[in-house]
Amino acid sequence: MARGIKDKVAILGMGCAKFGERWDKDADQLMVEAFEEAIGDAGIDSSQIDAAWLGVAFDAVNIGPSGIPLSMALRLPNIGVTKVENYCASGTESFRGAVYAVASGAADIALALGVEKLKDTGYGGLPVRTRGTTFDMVGVTGSAPGNFAQLASAYRAAHGVGKDDLKRAMAHVSVKSHANGAKNPKAHLRKAVDMETVLGAPMIAEPLGLFDCCGVSDGAACAIVTTPEIARSLGKKDLVTVKALQISTSNGWELQQGGGWNGSYFHTTRIAATKAYEEAGVTNPREQISLTEVHDCFSITELVTMEDLYLSKEGEGWRDVLDGVFDADGQVPCQIDGGLKCFGHPIGASGLRMIYENYLQLLGRAGERQRKTPPSLALSHNLGGMPSQNVSAVAIVGLADA
Amino acid sequence: MTNGPLGGILSFGAYIPKKRLQRASIYAANAWFAGGLKGLAKGERAIGDWDEDAITMAVEAARDTLEGVDRTTVGSVALASTTLPFVDRQNSGVIKEALNLADETGAMDVTGSMRAATSLLIQALKGAGGGSGDGRVQLVLASEMRKARPASEGELVNGDAAAGVLVGSGDAVALFKGSYSTTIDFVDHYRSTGMDFDYGWESRWIRDEGFTGLIGGALKDGLKALGVEAGTIDKFIVPISVRGVPDGLAKKAGIKPEAVADVLSASVGDSGAAHPLLLLVAALEAAKPGEKILLVGFGQGVDLILLETTEALAKLSPRKGVKGSLARGQKDENYLRWLFHRGLLDLERGMRAEADQKQPGTTLWRNRKAVLGLVGGRCTKTGTVQFPRSDISVNPNDHAAHTQEDYPLADKRAKIVTYTADALTYSPAPPSYYGMIDFDGGGRMMIEFADVSADDVEVGREMEMVFRIKGTDEMRDFTKYFWKAAPVAKEA
Repeated sequence: MARGIKDKVAILGMGCAKFGERWDKDADQLMVEAFEEAIGDAGIDSSQIDAAWLGVAFDAVNIGPSGIPLSMALRLPNIGVTKVENYCASGTESFRGAVYAVASGAADIALALGVEKLKDTGYGGLPVRTRGTTFDMVGVTGSAPGNFAQLASAYRAAHGVGKDDLKRAMAHVSVKSHANGAKNPKAHLRKAVDMETVLGAPMIAEPLGLFDCCGVSDGAACAIVTTPEIARSLGKKDLVTVKALQISTSNGWELQQGGGWNGSYFHTTRIAATKAYEEAGVTNPREQISLTEVHDCFSITELVTMEDLYLSKEGEGWRDVLDGVFDADGQVPCQIDGGLKCFGHPIGASGLRMIYENYLQLLGRAGERQRKTPPSLALSHNLGGMPSQNVSAVAIVGLADA
Repeated sequence: MTNGPLGGILSFGAYIPKKRLQRASIYAANAWFAGGLKGLAKGERAIGDWDEDAITMAVEAARDTLEGVDRTTVGSVALASTTLPFVDRQNSGVIKEALNLADETGAMDVTGSMRAATSLLIQALKGAGGGSGDGRVQLVLASEMRKARPASEGELVNGDAAAGVLVGSGDAVALFKGSYSTTIDFVDHYRSTGMDFDYGWESRWIRDEGFTGLIGGALKDGLKALGVEAGTIDKFIVPISVRGVPDGLAKKAGIKPEAVADVLSASVGDSGAAHPLLLLVAALEAAKPGEKILLVGFGQGVDLILLETTEALAKLSPRKGVKGSLARGQKDENYLRWLFHRGLLDLERGMRAEADQKQPGTTLWRNRKAVLGLVGGRCTKTGTVQFPRSDISVNPNDHAAHTQEDYPLADKRAKIVTYTADALTYSPAPPSYYGMIDFDGGGRMMIEFADVSADDVEVGREMEMVFRIKGTDEMRDFTKYFWKAAPVAKEA
């Protein structure tokens, strides 16, 4: 494996817009909202940025093509701005662009910004869109919940878990995230819910009910990265550095190889996690990772991801969930900020929003929801696509000396 | 008239959609307006699902007909119907692709009359014996899905169905003994181009001058011309659903009352141009060797076809046929859903239904085998099967390049690996069932399910492939076809 980029890149500043139904703002205004916080945190001027990456997924209902919308919204100094799209992992993909630019020495300071306006479609859920003229003739264009719900049927079959047991574990995932989100002023959904509400909610895609699905929101998040040396020269003392950044992309094995993948887990997440732990020098994730922000687009996704990140043993994630292992006061809190569940999932922004929370937690700046045990390593997992065909991104950030 | 030792029917099959709409449910909704239809509010009629039409039903009937038949022996495919989805795009050409027949196959659509199928069958039977062919067999199909106005008689009387026979000079299960035809422009009903519904004249006149006069007259002259004694007919098929008409015609012609075939009014309904063929298949299923079958076609004249069954009947491999299709029927009482599925009720479908379904002709042309024929790829080096086929194999142990050959999957069975019932995505029949399936013998795909019920879907459930409508480009009026997975009927 490549040597990796551990500790080569530091986060200079981060920002995150208030997520929600932002009827008041266009995408470029959300970009500015996240950017102003980030650049204030970084303590630099935009003329010091050498390169920028913009993560957006649904450009048709959003900002249109190219990096130009970001360059215009922030009035960047005619630097290279690249728009990236990698399904729902687009946010982490934009972060990767900026981090790689700094790690390579091509840029001293780089910016990553993710944004999405989903509330201009006129209906809930993600916009219906083509996946290409050939796919559209032979593929299934189901809804996102429909695609992810299939994890549950396969998980039950693979591990002999009863329908009710799995449904309760899934409900616990959502109850936990709502409890966390209630404490977060930037979250979209800030109301705690109980098990009965979750279990009794209308069915969206069997067996996912309404509360097994994350919200749909507008939002933006931003990161400014540089080298640890430059960060220190700019007066930064407590540094958060990138420990690992790995993306794994399906090549069709899950979707097309008969008898292979059993449908109950994310093949790519296991690969990305293994590589990320190796890059970061993590040998026992459950003991070493302080907290995680994972791609909880649906409760079942978070549940199986605990296993795919090797935080739970295979087939036991549902028990760990019910035992509270991933609660805010549990062994390895997951979605201490409320997750996609409460922030909603403005596609391009989500990966950066996760890193934003990890950054705040590591620096002890998370306010009311600050983890008591001081965290040293935080993992974010940003997933795009669907269980059978996806892009899985794992980013580990930590204190510079961790 | 024709006579002599000609070709015959080598095989047969049928398809009747699973749902059986209860006529009482139709009547109950419309009784306030059309109370006079009460006499017809008995039994049930077959209705196609939202994703079925005359083409998809014909494909299923064709697959049933070709059970146990080597498809390379098929030289032509013809479809008779008055409800062809396309006015100009050969409908039987779609069927040819769905059946994965050789490109060197003739195709023809026959339409315009309730006797389109019998006239087509006469031409095929005559051709089979004429020695003009290349020895290959002719696939003769008939399929019908008629629309009828709410509160009309047709809505209660009609039924959706398809049937097929294979015609040739080989080992016939029924030999062609001759035919007789008349043509008279008798307008009992008509449907002009662009009209959705039939316009019909008074039933008493149709009965007296049409059934009794035209069919009765043709029977009198035709039996004489065919040189057959009316009393020797073992099965007399008159595809007329008006009560008493077949019996009356038999009586007048001197045909035994027990020879009169049931017209499946109570269980299927009148399947229009497909009905003569459907009833013929039902008759062949029940026939013993050496029986004389007289088939009537009626529509602006009369066709008579005389057949005689042979010992080869017993050698035919098992098939669903009419009997199997009737057995798998499922009661349906949702009249409104059916109206919606036939485009007769404009429900609010929501913005998700607005997604553009435009079908580029170029991509369909390039991928026609995969899309219409469900032909995948098999790596000649490793044996890995996949759908769709690709330049580089999906096999993680050997991504062999340019090694794949065509591998048809439509007739393979499969098992569910993952599934869901999706209530969010737009479907004319929510929730939309779909999931991943593994084919017996290799290959997997994510696919929509058809004919699924909530209590009969689980990981491991055995499925079979069915040809269905995938979507419709409503802006440009184009129907998109593909395959779906349906549960294999459990053994009774």
